[in-house]
Amino acid sequence: MDTHHNDAAPLLEIRDLDVEFATQQGTVTAVEGASLSLPAGGTLAIVGESGSGKSTTAMAAIGLLPGNGRVTGGSIRFDGQELVGLPDAKMRHIRGRRIGLVPQDPMSNLNPVTRVGQQIGETLLTHGLATKATVKDQVVEVMERAGIPEAERRARQYPHELSGGLRQRVLIAIGLACRPQLLIADEPTSALDVTVQQVILDQIDEMTRELGSSVLLITHDLGLAAERAQQLVVMHRGRVVEAGDARAILEDPQHSYTRSLVAAAPSVAAARLLPEAFDPAPAALAEDDTASLSTVALRKKDLTPLVEIRDLTKVYPVRGREDFTAAKDVSLKIPRGATVSVVGESGSGKTTTARMLLKLIEPTSGEITFDGKDVLGMRGADLKDFRQRVQAVFQDPFSSLNPSFTVGRIIEEPLQAYRRGNATERRKRALELMEQVALPAHFHRRYPSELSGGQRQRVAIARALALEPDLIVCDEPVSALDVLVQAQILDLLKDLQDRLGLSYLFISHDLAVVRLISDYVCVMKDGEVVEAASSEEIFTNPRHPYTRRLLASIPGNELDIRVEGDGEHV
Amino acid sequence: MRPGPEETPVLRLIGRRLLLLIPTLFGLSILLFAWVRSLPGGPATALLGDRATPEAVARVNAAYGFDKPLVEQYFTYMGKLLQGDFGTSIVTNRPVVEEFAQRFPATVELSVFAIVFAVAIGIPLGYWAARHVGRWQDDVAVVLSLLGVVVPVFFLAFLLKWLFAVKLGWLPTDGRQDPRIDATHYTDFYVWDGLITGEYDAAWDAILHLVLPGIALGTIPLAIIARITRASVLDVQNADFVRTARAKGLAPGLIRNRFILRNAMLPVTTTLGLQLGLLISGAVLTETVFAFNGIGRFLSQAIFQLDFPVLQGFIIFIALLYSLINLVVDISYGLIDPRVRVS
Repeated sequence: MDTHHNDAAPLLEIRDLDVEFATQQGTVTAVEGASLSLPAGGTLAIVGESGSGKSTTAMAAIGLLPGNGRVTGGSIRFDGQELVGLPDAKMRHIRGRRIGLVPQDPMSNLNPVTRVGQQIGETLLTHGLATKATVKDQVVEVMERAGIPEAERRARQYPHELSGGLRQRVLIAIGLACRPQLLIADEPTSALDVTVQQVILDQIDEMTRELGSSVLLITHDLGLAAERAQQLVVMHRGRVVEAGDARAILEDPQHSYTRSLVAAAPSVAAARLLPEAFDPAPAALAEDDTASLSTVALRKKDLTPLVEIRDLTKVYPVRGREDFTAAKDVSLKIPRGATVSVVGESGSGKTTTARMLLKLIEPTSGEITFDGKDVLGMRGADLKDFRQRVQAVFQDPFSSLNPSFTVGRIIEEPLQAYRRGNATERRKRALELMEQVALPAHFHRRYPSELSGGQRQRVAIARALALEPDLIVCDEPVSALDVLVQAQILDLLKDLQDRLGLSYLFISHDLAVVRLISDYVCVMKDGEVVEAASSEEIFTNPRHPYTRRLLASIPGNELDIRVEGDGEHV
Repeated sequence: MRPGPEETPVLRLIGRRLLLLIPTLFGLSILLFAWVRSLPGGPATALLGDRATPEAVARVNAAYGFDKPLVEQYFTYMGKLLQGDFGTSIVTNRPVVEEFAQRFPATVELSVFAIVFAVAIGIPLGYWAARHVGRWQDDVAVVLSLLGVVVPVFFLAFLLKWLFAVKLGWLPTDGRQDPRIDATHYTDFYVWDGLITGEYDAAWDAILHLVLPGIALGTIPLAIIARITRASVLDVQNADFVRTARAKGLAPGLIRNRFILRNAMLPVTTTLGLQLGLLISGAVLTETVFAFNGIGRFLSQAIFQLDFPVLQGFIIFIALLYSLINLVVDISYGLIDPRVRVS
């Protein structure tokens, strides 16, 4: 089926779209008066934070709003046909056939109980593009086009047998199997490791170019959007606040919201938070090289590092197979009052290292000293002291706070556990801590479910601060947050460090975020530290090929867009 | 996570479970042995009553070997058990195994009817409720399934019998088959016998006799299956992969069967196994009410008559059965969920 497009007429045209959701609290308007126009063969990105209405707009276009949502106004014209009000029985023949979807999370978007080949094949069969006799070969062909190696064998596997990257390729194969005119890619890579992201996006680019499909890209990442799309639409609280040529918007944002988004995008911004990081003594954070700890530590007067980790190894025995080495000979130092980041992709051993430092899991070999004391052999009073001086902030503020406790009780709990003060004093301290993290005092009676992600992470930080620790281990503390909120939390962490002299071990997969906060960076891969150096050194002069690959994978990195006159190149 | 040949993990699972049965049954046999020996006044007095003469007690002790040292008694008991000798019923004087073998088919027929009834009604009811969540259909289903759980089995059994057998006369009141029917029996499975001999009227009559006790027995499992199905479907129907299925343009029926129901059945399967095991204890009450000659009724008689060889044998038998049913469920779980197969 070849459709001839008139170059002037857009393939997808959304005019004054309103979408409402019926909730228990009444009707919520998710999208209000949104308009956009996507020419045939073009790529348009909708950029916005969660709750901006970007996904809702896209789901309205493919007729997949959740049960309580509906289009209450405006029009969606696809290839000349009005989609608003089209009955589902008709819409079904457009979905999958003429409009494909690549969803966000490869872990949850495949049916866990059927083989991936069947999941691709059923799309072809449903739309009559394959017969039972030909479907197998066609599936293999589509999988090969989606860059899946050994497609024939993979087709017979179940989703859980594939890696995240391969699953996302399967989803791309599903989305593009019927050679649709339009592909909606809804945050297609945000659940993937950064080096995989790049490859997947390239794959989508390549396949859609081959097929001549238009792409509607939904993303929270401005850098990524600008790199992949010619046209940008910026959405905020259900409205389109800015639209136009991608480069123009990035270089000269007109709307104040777009400006703040550009300024906060870690991939576009330079290391603004940390002018001190540009110390003139760049040297590797090598072992026994105390002098190289540079002026950051010197400024903090005390030269001995707070934490020294030496040859830390964690091996998990696997039954019937080779042992799994989660971390191998990891060595690093955390100077007092400084931030050391550990960067790596999933499976790199960064979280294992953090957990060993927190004394949550026992290392197989190696040593850790904290303020001169051996951590691994700690017992009794020493251990109790260690537990108070080392605190943690975890990634997911939605699951790391007890949902049945009030915010006040959550923050007071460590005080209670270590019998600090009486009830009144603890309450006073909790309010003080809430002020430190900029939470209003009346929040202490609220429950975590009533708070936003950023507010919850502030609660988690306040709790970590309660016992006046020296070291806070932050395990991906901002990766579940929107970009503007990310910037606020990072600012808060930096500010607290300056005021309280805290040291941070900062675990992240996101180099762009790491750059904003770190004095030193350790890059981990497959359980080993492949490169360790000052932040400046890592970002300006990466030595290990893997570090270079990570840097190159940051979306928007090649855009050469600088904010506030920062002129350095990577 | 490399997928191996699919048969190997299943065989290993079966082997491991069967090995685990050994310590389970061993522990159980010790408990049972200790229980019988700790009956007030000893097992002989329990059998003969308080006013038994010392001579009579001595005679019984000698006959059953209760006068020998405990360790020797235990080994004798275990030795017999391992040879399949579960002892002799004190009441009927026939081997326990024979008594079971004769009655067990009846209970199997009843349980199969009950579980088919529970599944055939429970799963659609739960699905229907989930698809109408928040509307009156959902409320009706929830109330019905709550009623199903809270009404005691014996009460429901009496109620069904009174209404459909006594008042309306639609169905037989008790027994397994009308004695006036001249049915040929090769096995003790009456429905089966009727079908293979071509005596369809006999098979139909046996089925009619199963209806009321089967419904009484199957109601609790039905209610539980309906509730689990409802919760599970609610969970799955909002899953991302269901939306992806819709994005492919698949027909609603295909989405329901291949995406929603197949995934929603995982927790239901687990429940089903547990329910099957519990059916036997439900059968004690149901079979008694409907004078249905299965092991449930036989067991309730054994309890009243303190026929401890029967009770002992029954408990071991149930433990075995329960383990085997759960093994089958675990294997079938692997058939539905490929993720279980690999691990």
